[in-house]
Amino acid sequence: MSIQVSRLTKVFGAQRAVSEASFTVREGEIVGFLGPNGAGKSTTMKMITGFLPPAAGTVLVNGRNVAEDPRAVKQSIGYLGEHNPLYLDMYVHEYLSFVAGLYHIPSSTRRGRVSDMISLCGLQLEQSKKIGSLSKGYRQRIGLAQALIHDPSVLVLDEPTSGLDPNQLVEIRKLIKTVSANKTVLFSSHILQEVEALCERVIVIHRGNIVADDRLENLTRSSGPAVMVEFTSSVDENLLGQIEGVTKVILLSDNKYRLTATTDIRPAVMRFAAERQLPLVGLTQEENSLEAVFRQLTQAEANEA
Amino acid sequence: MLRIFLKEINSFLDSLMGYAVVVVFLVAMGLLMWVFPETSVLDYGFADMDTLFTLGPFVFIFLVPAITMRSFAEERKMGTLEWLLTKPVSEAEIVLGKFLASVCLVMVALLPTLIYYVTLYRLGNPVGNIDTSGVIGSYIGLVLLGAVFCALGILASSLVANQIVAFLLAAFLSFILYTGFESASGLVSDGNVALLIRQLGIQYHFESLSRGLVDSRDVVYFFTLGGALLLGAKTVLSSRSW
Repeated sequence: MSIQVSRLTKVFGAQRAVSEASFTVREGEIVGFLGPNGAGKSTTMKMITGFLPPAAGTVLVNGRNVAEDPRAVKQSIGYLGEHNPLYLDMYVHEYLSFVAGLYHIPSSTRRGRVSDMISLCGLQLEQSKKIGSLSKGYRQRIGLAQALIHDPSVLVLDEPTSGLDPNQLVEIRKLIKTVSANKTVLFSSHILQEVEALCERVIVIHRGNIVADDRLENLTRSSGPAVMVEFTSSVDENLLGQIEGVTKVILLSDNKYRLTATTDIRPAVMRFAAERQLPLVGLTQEENSLEAVFRQLTQAEANEA
Repeated sequence: MLRIFLKEINSFLDSLMGYAVVVVFLVAMGLLMWVFPETSVLDYGFADMDTLFTLGPFVFIFLVPAITMRSFAEERKMGTLEWLLTKPVSEAEIVLGKFLASVCLVMVALLPTLIYYVTLYRLGNPVGNIDTSGVIGSYIGLVLLGAVFCALGILASSLVANQIVAFLLAAFLSFILYTGFESASGLVSDGNVALLIRQLGIQYHFESLSRGLVDSRDVVYFFTLGGALLLGAKTVLSSRSW
């Protein structure tokens, strides 16, 4: 087990930010850590990286307890924090060698390590600029470079793509994919497509509780598929309900319906439209997407509370 | 610790701060020592450096907090302190690294004033008629006093997130620590109690060192006070309650 979190609890005043959270991340796994804002993602990550002391529970990283051996644990983790704090008045090169020094990389190999990181993260042209003068995308690359400089076995990335433009997003995502090849990665985000693209397993946290922890395909398979249909004019919902296999009809907007079924009902819908000569302008199978699962998991709880 | 120390030194050199502190200190001391008639050695007629050693601490009261106010307040605001604490360095190393860098800057500011000594040594009649041991003692006292002010400034900076507040807090506390106890002792009529209060303040020990006799009690006082203040800063950092 690369990361083993058991019954981790953190209390801020009267609020339980994280409550008895337990999960494990195996070696070489990329795990997405999801949750609405304020669910306790960052707090959990801060406890794993040894910044915040937990109120109760333990964190083991590569078998070492964070509370007992913080130095060794910190040495084995690469961490990119939520807002990616950087020393803005330092030069990129200077900053990376400073970080390398903090990680006790001997000065003989430090230079090489720094230039490796610079080329890996695509910072060649920016390496002699001040960090403060760089755009958010480049700062995020520096954030990744500093997290990777000591070649850690565990990477903890807290919303590494937040606030980036679509191009930067793709680049950073690609970068994460490349660097995570032989590392254990715990990766938080609220962009669900990103999690779908990068992660094998997903942990969902809501109000400090772990509400789901499963492989991606198991999570998205749990409930039946749905179909979105769109006609040029409105159709009686009862008629739609008579299509074979349909269990539920929801009117989404004018002429647009969402049909829930147990099987793939697209052929049946086509036939239905042809028989009644209804001009069908849209028919899409809605993957029971992570988004739907996510909403389900994090809203059901909210209603209960 | 060395990494933090070097980084801080670099940031003094990179920003105007380091140069500004040294220049302001030297200009202020130079004017007081040689130009302003009330305090000028040339008008005074005796070859001693009392001006530097009596007014130096007051200049430090304002200058040292300006050096230290950034140390933690800024890092906290930028979030880099949190980042730093996820790296394999201990809180004590961070505090010590920053403290030593500040002390270094204070010493650099003091270094050129050695020229004053050489000048006065040669101006003396007969040449060399200057209380050398007193000067050495005073320099030791000034460095120790500067170090205690640095420790106090670092503690203040670790306590509040706002640099200006950190500056004001440190300057105020330095002032109290330096002359506050001395003045407060005047309020007490009992001689023994008054002496005790005076001994709590920095000025008593600084003046004792200025006499040219390095008394271990004074040195212990400075080290204990500085150590306690740094321990306070480390405790604030470890508590994570900011």
